[in-house]
Order: sequence, then C-alpha cells, then structure tokens
Amino acid sequence: MTPQSYFMVIAPVDLSRESSLRELLASMNHREGVVNPNNDVIPFGRFERLHFARLVLLKDQTRGDLGVIGAPQAELPVYLAFLCDFDGPLDSFMSELAGQCEAGLRRLFSHCQGFSNGTHLARWMKQHNQRSATAYVNWIGRTMRQVREEDALRQSLESYIDGNQASLSRLAPTEARRELVSFVKREREAGRVVLTEPDATPLSWRVSNAIHLLGVPIVLLLLTPFLLLYLPIFVIQLRRRERSDAEIAPRPDPDHAANLARLEDHFVSNQFSAMGSLKPGLFRRWTLSFILWVIDYTTRYIFNRGHLARVNTIHFARWVFLDNKQRLLFASNYDGGLDSYMDDFINKVGWGLNLVFSNGIGYPKTNWLILDGAKDEQKFKYFIRRHELPTEVWYDAHPGLTTVNLERNTLIREGLERSSMSEGEARDWLRLF
Amino acid sequence: MKHSKIDFKDVQGLVRYGYGRLPESCFLLLEIISPRAARDWLKTLDVADAEELSTPPDFALQVAFTHSGLRKIGLSSEIADQFSQEFKTGIYEESRSKRLGDVGENAPREWQWGGDSDNTPHLMLMLYSVKGGLEARKNATVDGLSSAGLALRGCLTSADFGGVEPFGFKDGISQPTVDWDGKRKLDGRDELEYGNLVALGEFLLGHRNEYGKYTDRPLLDLANDPRGILAEAEDKPGKKDFAFNGTYLVFRQLQQHVGRFWKFLDDQVGGDRSERQRLAELMVGRKMGGEALAVKSSSPIPGIDSDKRDANQFTFSSDPDGTRCPFGAHVRRANPRNADLPDGTRGLLSKLIRTLGFGGKGFRGDLISSVRFHRILRRGVEYGEPLPVNDAIKNGGNEIGERGLHFICLNANISRQFEFIQGAWLSSTKFDGMTEESDPIIGNREAVSECPFTNSFSIPQEAGLRRRISGIPAFITVRGGSYFFLPGIRALRYLSSLETD
Ligand code: HEM
Repeated sequence: MTPQSYFMVIAPVDLSRESSLRELLASMNHREGVVNPNNDVIPFGRFERLHFARLVLLKDQTRGDLGVIGAPQAELPVYLAFLCDFDGPLDSFMSELAGQCEAGLRRLFSHCQGFSNGTHLARWMKQHNQRSATAYVNWIGRTMRQVREEDALRQSLESYIDGNQASLSRLAPTEARRELVSFVKREREAGRVVLTEPDATPLSWRVSNAIHLLGVPIVLLLLTPFLLLYLPIFVIQLRRRERSDAEIAPRPDPDHAANLARLEDHFVSNQFSAMGSLKPGLFRRWTLSFILWVIDYTTRYIFNRGHLARVNTIHFARWVFLDNKQRLLFASNYDGGLDSYMDDFINKVGWGLNLVFSNGIGYPKTNWLILDGAKDEQKFKYFIRRHELPTEVWYDAHPGLTTVNLERNTLIREGLERSSMSEGEARDWLRLF
Repeated sequence: MKHSKIDFKDVQGLVRYGYGRLPESCFLLLEIISPRAARDWLKTLDVADAEELSTPPDFALQVAFTHSGLRKIGLSSEIADQFSQEFKTGIYEESRSKRLGDVGENAPREWQWGGDSDNTPHLMLMLYSVKGGLEARKNATVDGLSSAGLALRGCLTSADFGGVEPFGFKDGISQPTVDWDGKRKLDGRDELEYGNLVALGEFLLGHRNEYGKYTDRPLLDLANDPRGILAEAEDKPGKKDFAFNGTYLVFRQLQQHVGRFWKFLDDQVGGDRSERQRLAELMVGRKMGGEALAVKSSSPIPGIDSDKRDANQFTFSSDPDGTRCPFGAHVRRANPRNADLPDGTRGLLSKLIRTLGFGGKGFRGDLISSVRFHRILRRGVEYGEPLPVNDAIKNGGNEIGERGLHFICLNANISRQFEFIQGAWLSSTKFDGMTEESDPIIGNREAVSECPFTNSFSIPQEAGLRRRISGIPAFITVRGGSYFFLPGIRALRYLSSLETD
C-alpha cells in the first residue's frame, strides 16, 4: 500500500508585486476556475502521483473582526500558499516537482519575500513547508494509478454489460460474475485493461504509524488524571466564553460571493479554501490544538475508508495553523456544490464543525462546544462564505469522479479479485454496476 | 379545525390551496410603467387570501413580484436588499444556471421570457377560475392594465389536463403537510423517522423553519411603516416584518416533448405496450394512476392524511436495492423520504455509531442529505393541448404545438429548497452513488466536464446486474422562468401605500 503525502509551501507575498502574481496565476488557467493541466508554470498533468493541487493567495478579509471584538490587530502578511496531495513520500515528490518545473516555480516564488535568483529552490520549498494540524485523506492507500486503472476497469465492464444485457440477465449471480471475471481476464491479456498490484507498504511508514497509533492513546492515558482535574475548570471557562463571545456573521458581500461563485461548479467536484483568526487568548488556542490533534488521530486510523464521520464527499482536506496559531486555514476538495456541501455538513457533522470552528472569531454561538453553532444554518453559511478565499488555481487529477465513484470502483475491483463468492455476495457485487 | 398560529387572512390563498377546483388559469407577466398608478391599482385588487370559505369561490387572483418589480413599485433599496441573494440576482445568473442544469438548449438566453433582466417581468398576476369563467375575467383584467400603469409582457395560459401531467401521469399526489398549528418541536434534535409534517417556516417567511430559526428576510424600523400596516417580527421585537406570511414562488415553464418521450420508450421495448408503460413508470417512480412503486409502510407516517395513505404511506427503506423503485426515478430523487440518521434502532449506542458515520449499510448507506430541509410545495399547472400516447407514437415522435408544465413551487429559502432539489438531486449525475445519469424525466443530458455521458438510466434488478437504458434524449426544455416573491396581504397593502415616484 502506498500512503499519501502532502505539502503546503507558504511564503509572504511581496505586496508591491501582487498584481503581477495574480496575472501569473491567471495564466495557468484556461478560464476562471478551470486550470490548464499543461500550463507552462506548473504542468500538473505531468505528475502521475498527484491527486490535487492548488495555489491560493491567503488574503484575510476578516482580520477586521478582531477590532470588532476589541482585540489588538497585529499586521499579518498576505501569503501565497501552494498545496499538493500526492502518492508516496514527500521528499521525492518535491524534488521531482522542483526539478521539472524549476523555471515556473521560480517565477511564482519570485513574488514572495526573501526569494531571489540565488535561492536553492528545493531547499527553500522544504523550509517553507507548513505542517497541518489535521490532514484528511478519503481513502488512505488509494493511489492515482489505482484510481485510473479502476475507472477504466469499470467503464470497460459497464460497456460489456450494456452489450450483453440480455444474456447476462439470464444467469445466476455467481455465473454472471464468472462471466465478467473471464471477460476482464481476456481484456487484461489483450492489454486493454491493466490492474497493477499495489506496492508494498514502506517499512518506515509502518513503523512510524505503529508508534503513533499506540503513542497517542498512551499519552492520552497519562494525561487523563490531569485532564479530569482540569475538566470542571474547563467547563466553567468554556461556558463563560460561550455566553459572551460575539457572533460576527453578516451576509457576505455580494461581490465577494459572486467572485467565489465564478470559480465554482465547473466540475462535479469543487475546491474550498477559508481562513480566519482564532479567538484571542490561550484557552481557545489550546482547546483547538488539542481537538485538531485528536481529529488527526481519527483521520489516520478510523476515518480512512471513505468517510469523515458522516461526511462522504471530501477527497482531501486539511486544517493548518498560521502565524503562531493566530489564524487557521481550512482547505478541502469535495463533491457537489458549496451550498449542498454546507447543508450536508450542518445536518451530518454540525457537532464536529462546532468543535473546531467555534474557536474562531465570530462563529455562531455554540453550547457545550458541540451544540447549536452550525445549526444556526444561515449564520453558519454566511460565516463560511465570508471566510472563504478565492482559490486562484485548482487542479484535480480525476475531475469527473466523486469519492463515491472511487469507492464503487474499488469495490468492483476487490470483488473481481476475490477467489469465490456465495450467490448473495455475488448479487451484492453485481449491484455495484 | 382552528389554526391558532396563523392568520389566514394575511396569506395568499395559493400557499394553502392548489386551486384544483378552479381548473382554468392564466398568468399575466406585467411591466410597471407608472409606479403611482400601479400602486393605486394594487389598492383595489381583490387578492384571494387563504381563509376557508363557506362556499367555494369561482375565481381567485394572486399576485407575485420579482425583485425588480418590488423596486419599481417603490420599495426602498434598503428593504429590498435584505431579500435572499438568489431572489436578488435572479434565476438566470450564470453560476446558478450551471447548478440548475440550465445549460445548452435550456440556457436562459434561449428562453422566451425571464432569461435576463430585460425579459424579466416586474410582477405576475395569477388568475384561477371555474370552467368557462376565465376568458371574461382575463379580458376585463387586461383591459384595465393601461390605466393601472401596467403593460402586458406575456400571458401564459394553462390548460386543464384533469390532474394528469402531459406525459400522462397522475400528478399532485405527494405534498408536504404544512404545520400550520406549530405541532413540530423544532428543537434542533435529529428526527429518526421520515415525517411529512413540515415546519411552517419552510413555506412562509416570518415563522420558524425546520432548524427552529427564522429565515433571513427584510425587516424594517418602525419609522419605515408610519401607518403601522406591517406585522412585528416574531423573532425581532421592534422590527417590522415585510415578508411576514409571504414566500418565494419559483416559476419555470417546462416544455414536455411528449412525442419524443413515448416514441423513445416504444423503441426501447420493441412496441410492447405494457412494457413501454412499465418503463415510463420506473422513470417516474409511480404508476401512471399514481400508485407508489415502493411497498406501503405498516406504520403511519406523520403528516400523511388518512385519505392519502394508499398512495403516500411509504419510504424507500423497504427498497434498499432499488429493485422496486429505481434510485434514479424522478420521485425518489425529488423526495428520497429519509430521516436525519440512517435507519437503525433507538438505542444510544446505535445513534452514536450512526452519528460517527458507521451506520449505513453498503456504500449507499448514508449518502443522501436529510430530506426535511429540502421540501417544496408544488403548485404547477399544465399548459398546451394534451397528446394521447398512441398519437404521440404514431407521428414518429414528431408533435404539433407545445405542451408542458407551468412548474410552480413555494418555499422560504430558494437555495436550500428548490435549488437544492433541482441541482443536488434531480440534475446531479452523481445522486445517491449513481453516475452517468440525471433525472430520467427532467435531466438535460448535457455533457458534464470529464464525465463520459449523462444520458443513461439504471434499473436495478433482483438478480443483481442492472438493466441500463442508454442514449436517452431530453424530454423537457426550459422555456422561461423567474423567481418571484408572493407577499402576504398586509405587505401588499404596504406596497400600495408607498409614496415615492
Ligand atoms: C415537466 C417536468 C416534470 C414532470 C413531468 C414531473 C412529474 C412528476 C410526477 C408525475 C410526480 C408524481 C406525482 C406526485 O408524487 O405528486 C412528481 C413528483 C414530484 N416532483 Fe416532479 N415533475 C416535473 C418537474 C419537477 C421539478 C422541476 C421538480 C423540482 C425541482 C419536481 C419535484 C417533484 C417533487 C418534490 C415531487 C414529489 C415527490 C414526493 O414527495 O414523493 N418535479 N413529478
């Protein structure tokens, strides 16, 4: 199994060159919201391990909210962020990228402070790679190669079934399956269908994963007495804040909303980037750090097969702290339109959103950290839209495929490779088409 | 029955009644030339409210405004700006069109009306009458327009198809039951069963919606209502509620290609009459006479009246594989009839497991959003000449004249209700784990970026392998449409009393 990795290279933009940077980013698109995979800055399409990539200017429109709640507003930079999600180890992918797109990347990063002609590109990128507090991968181990092969497999099976509907429908489930298995065998022999065996899971990943898998519960266990002692105080602190924290969720500016809408819904999947400031003080900072640490654990070991709690529309997502935990960035790649994505979120994981985002300034009022909040539907939607940033460049290596498509394709392949099935199992497998 | 929660005299009748007993109707699309004269005319207009009458009326008049119409008649921008974004930017806004499937031949630029701001009427007068009464009413109304400072921009005349839509299916069977009396709790807790009793605030502004909240709408300071015409906002004391007892009305003129529909199905089954009908029924998700395809539930469903039990007391829990009613059937897409959590027991542990996302069975177990936040009141009426199935097929699918549906629905939040159903459920090629197909009845069959095709329809079979129909043409074409606001009676009086130029 090949695990997925990611990076986010982030550097402050030289604001005197912002417009030139915007032009350069725009030149990477066919049109607004639709990237040219072969653009000459970063030809994403050339990288077979790459799932998603984006370039986004982190220009915070909501910094003023600090003033609204009477907190000091430190001047924070505008960043250029470059995010990639890909198969295999980080180092080799980054070197490959820096090697193949050296000129383009240099042009890009020359708009950032502290980047000059003499800078060593790969090293600089590594230095500016910002870790996520939480990363989510829909299906750990599903590589792009697998995605491509399995989709081709499904399509060829679907057309075979379409062409032989009458005869196949007369067969018992196991017989029909056998028929399909031998069709695929013939196709593989003819080289029309390719199904590569997964690579072995890297030993180093397995070791570090095992340490983490056990380590976190051990640490939690050791911390438990202290956490329990602290709990009553935590509750008092929390409730006091929940009663008084200000909501800042006006309707988003119509022009801002229109800008965002232009970038959306060109494909069945969409990008989402948003940032905001944490509520000032150590309480929120520590609470959020702890929560994201726990969520990160669950995304690695529990929610790694198709769904994050009840949400099954996210391909990759991450939460990243910025500026010494003064701000948080959330970036995701998801299926469907934003309004339906938000509806899905509110109804399915309102509690989870509250856990994280109620630590941000202006979030709709929560109770006991998980109740209410997002259930104030319209305020929540305004809050989200208002914090959303236009994603200037977005690349999706499988733009026609939703997470559910990918899962279905994987289940088709798994069923195909099983040595035998009962009639019932075979019938369920056949229902995948 | 007494309804303590609501003053029906302040609500336009269409919210409560479909006016099935007034089978003749037409919709006049009007432009306001002189706001002053139009306001005077509005004062005298006899708009039917929702109060129950001892004798059924023989005529009813309703009036709805577009955003530009409200501005034109004199509503200040300060108030009008507080309407929802969808209503303000209009149905034709580009990114909206993508979500609604209004692309290709259905693109707003192809529409006969409503496709851009110039072709959007200011207001719509809706006339409903008993048989034989419409013509006279309509003529009288039209004659009075010019002195009312109004110009006629279009007249959409409906036809009485006798409760059947143009393809031949019984329509108007399933509707949400409006919770007029405020029986629902609305405390933010998950609903574990599908229910058909839906919060009043989903269909009328100024009341609590399914989230227990008040949908955003124009509120104004007392000073802006010097004559004290408007009601006070329930949720914001000290503010007047312009939209109280009003709602949004979505209007889409959908041409139905009846010939193409039956010819295509006929070709699929080699001319077999009963097979042809069976296939059409699988696409709609009901029998032509209206019977459900899924099995009737043994326990009653709240909000489904006893007289509707036979046709409506069902969910799709009894049909998890879609072998009775295909996943892609129109009614299954339009109302998947689910609860807030996937099916399970009432135990705390079971709830927790489902809340964490481990409760769904199979890959399809938990894909669909809770339906109670996505309901609409349908008030559509047919138009054109009926075309019997045999004639439709005989002419090789070619048909003379235009027929279809004046699709009308009412909802308090266009984006969460109508647009969600239309976009995320009906038009989506990825609904409920499917792929390469959209709604068999209303789908546009247009290509979607990087998806090979969208014009198939899968029919799950008992034996396992689906039967799939391919190459389905579009059976409807969008001809026009607009987002309207259907004000409460007090708001109409408020508009008529404005004093601007
Ligand atoms: C010309 C186009 C259309 C035709 C021919 C059509 C036909 C039908 C028919 C025959 C039914 C079953 C009768 C019933 O349950 O009352 C139905 C139900 C329904 N349709 Fe449509 N329809 C059309 C367009 C639409 C559109 C555009 C929407 C919404 C965006 C929609 C939403 C619904 C809903 C919500 C139901 C009720 C489902 C339920 O509660 O079980 N329809 N339609």
